[in-house]
Amino acid sequence: MTLLLFMAALLAVATLGAALIALFTSSTVVAVLSAGLVSLFASVMFLLLAAPDVAMTEAAIGSGLTTFLFFFVLGRIRREGTK
Amino acid sequence: MNFTTRKAIPLVLLLLLGSVFYALFAGYTPDETLNRTASYYASQTVQETGAQNVVTAIIVTYRGLDTLGEVTVLFLTAAIVGLVLAHSKAPKSRSGSGFLPSGELLTTGTRMLVPVILLFGAYVFLNGHLTPGGGFQGGAIVASAILLMLLSDPAQRFSHRLISRIESSAGLTYVIIGLLGMLFAGGFLDNRILPLGSFGSILSAGVIPLIYALIGLKVGAEFSSILTSLEETEDAQ
Repeated sequence: MTLLLFMAALLAVATLGAALIALFTSSTVVAVLSAGLVSLFASVMFLLLAAPDVAMTEAAIGSGLTTFLFFFVLGRIRREGTK
Repeated sequence: MNFTTRKAIPLVLLLLLGSVFYALFAGYTPDETLNRTASYYASQTVQETGAQNVVTAIIVTYRGLDTLGEVTVLFLTAAIVGLVLAHSKAPKSRSGSGFLPSGELLTTGTRMLVPVILLFGAYVFLNGHLTPGGGFQGGAIVASAILLMLLSDPAQRFSHRLISRIESSAGLTYVIIGLLGMLFAGGFLDNRILPLGSFGSILSAGVIPLIYALIGLKVGAEFSSILTSLEETEDAQ
């Protein structure tokens, strides 16, 4: 129980840290990656809270599809910038 | 607006949001027992639906109409994205469209990973009634395979006709199964029009695996159609 609480607290701090990095970094790539990391930590948190179905949705859509979509758009902006 | 205020505004907003959540958290006391709805689901799901995963039984059978609504919302989103982006023509081929080549690592990794990811997506939505996961999760995993293919080769084209055929036939079959439930079982989207089977096997829980496979195909097709529409828009001149 205490181990679970400790892990949850650690996850919460890590999530907050990743969110702050996403807000304050000057590099867009790092911001996108750490926003994905927030979702990944959140999905682990859902797993700890015994909600594996929600955790899978969060991992697949929040940290998978959205992060990839951001990179996709970034690549597109670069492509148009080189013209 | 100078640099520091621009950075301070999101922090202040976050603090406000955090204080709202903290107020919720401070007033929270966990229930000692399940409430009436939850205890009904916990005790009756196995007899009534034969599903091992209670969450799936609730999503597909007890609250099946809500799921139909969610899938419809996703369909509308995909349709609107397609409609808005339909007027711009796709760059036809590699030549002249200015695609940067993707790296060797991404290309080779994609070739190896895409079949595995597709298989895992199918596994997730076919086992939705037994293990955590289901149509939405599996569909998103399938769409991430499509996204990986688009990332490694932006000139790749997918057949819109095939995607929309899969999407619409899955949706139509879903509604027809729901109507069959009204005819042969207790009501709309009742899963007992097929035998419940033996508890815990892959072909059990009546029509739940079929419905979740259809939802998986539909969600995967919808996400893929959004992604391909985004990819195929013409670059700004």
